Amino acid sequence: MAKHILTTPIKRSDLDGIKAGDIIYLNGHITTCRDVAHRRLVEYGRELPVDVREGAILHAGPIVRDHGDDKFEMISVGPTTSMRMEKFEYEFVKQTGVRLIVGKGGMGPETARACKEFGALHCVFPAGNAVLAATEVEEIESANWRELGMPETLWTCRVKEFGPLIVSIDANGDNYFENKKVEYNAKKEEVLEEIYKHVSFIK
Amino acid sequence: MSTKEQQVQEMTRVIAAFIAHVAKKLPDDVEAKIKELAADEKNPLAKTIYETMKTNQDLAFELNRPSCQDTGVLQFWVKVGSNYPLLGELEEILRNATYKATQDAPLRHNCVETFDEFNTGKNIGRTAPYITWDIVPNRDDVEIFPYMAGGGCSLPGSGKTLMPGEGYEGVAKFVLDLITSYGLNACPPLLVGVGIATSIDTAAMMSKKALMRPVSSKADNEKAAYMEQLLEDGINALHIGPQGMGGDKSVMGVNIEHGSRHPSVISVAVNVGCWNHRRGHMVFDKDGKYEILSHKGVTF
Repeated sequence: MAKHILTTPIKRSDLDGIKAGDIIYLNGHITTCRDVAHRRLVEYGRELPVDVREGAILHAGPIVRDHGDDKFEMISVGPTTSMRMEKFEYEFVKQTGVRLIVGKGGMGPETARACKEFGALHCVFPAGNAVLAATEVEEIESANWRELGMPETLWTCRVKEFGPLIVSIDANGDNYFENKKVEYNAKKEEVLEEIYKHVSFIK
Repeated sequence: MSTKEQQVQEMTRVIAAFIAHVAKKLPDDVEAKIKELAADEKNPLAKTIYETMKTNQDLAFELNRPSCQDTGVLQFWVKVGSNYPLLGELEEILRNATYKATQDAPLRHNCVETFDEFNTGKNIGRTAPYITWDIVPNRDDVEIFPYMAGGGCSLPGSGKTLMPGEGYEGVAKFVLDLITSYGLNACPPLLVGVGIATSIDTAAMMSKKALMRPVSSKADNEKAAYMEQLLEDGINALHIGPQGMGGDKSVMGVNIEHGSRHPSVISVAVNVGCWNHRRGHMVFDKDGKYEILSHKGVTF
């Protein structure tokens, strides 16, 4: 099957037919954006120094080598836990018009609401695979809010076939992880009942 | 330079090189387990994820880079012989080695000072790296377990002091509730470390030590080993898969460390290691000769 590749700028119609659980790839630009950047925008009303409208953000804090003279090399860039940004993400998508959010693990109802309302996706880059991701970065084109230190700086990267990106929330607001959690929790009760039969060590 | 100074310098160099290696290459037991899980996997999405993991580990080794960007806050569990000659120098050696590895590997700067809320930019700080000391009587060597505790797999860390009426049933429920909630985002297949003891701090410490035990090792108590198996089978039956996105199995294993308890309480704590479980194990003898136990055949 041919790779499904999205290219920034991404139009809302580009997301048609993409469903939770699908695998896609990204060409164009993606900017790392995590805890403090979300807080600054949403809580302190500061404008993001990078325009991500119809673009992509990556919940990540990379390892970057500084070659001086504003030249940087991406060494290792895997996603970080997206759920930490859940608290801010609805407002973030609304204000920035970002189309693709890439991170690790699932996100909650507020992000799903944003994806449906504004047309966006949340995707998982399989976490812990940071060298693979780094080799898909062609160049770091800019670095903003550097005072936040290496993990929190907004690194804007030009990427080629960045992925695999597994869609966890699609533009209909369908949430892969939430659906899975229902399955896991139903099965969990059954499993626990079985374990209880064997662990009555206090007699 | 005195012999002692030379030994300190050499040990700092070796530990720094080992830390950098641990960031790039999984210990033998974890590598073997991941390979086994990948080979048994049938779910197509899960297979794609396992293939991605394999490519990543190969690239990390080939390009000599940390395999995951989150190289954690460095933690060391040190089992030091009471007659080990460099006992007084060890803390500084580990601190300097952490700093050196941070430059050389390079590792991410993960040390944020609480309250003042700034990143030291050095990966060391007021209490980092964290060192847990055990004194071993009548020995003159030192065992060191370097461990990179990433943010993702530190986040589920949790503990609770239960009433004995809740029993080991309560322990099982606590573990499973955590794995099906926070565990999903912590980069499964996880190694689940469970501590069972008296106060919450004792249980928490044991849950950490449980993660230092090899994958597929068994608790030394028969009932504890039985409960490890019950929990492992139970969690696997949830089919959480890699990344929590579904698959045939769920975990690399469950390790339980346990101790004595007050009759009125049973404390349980859980710490998890992600699939990229970067744990090392090395021994130095009194003269500075070393052996790496976690990554066979490696020398620096």
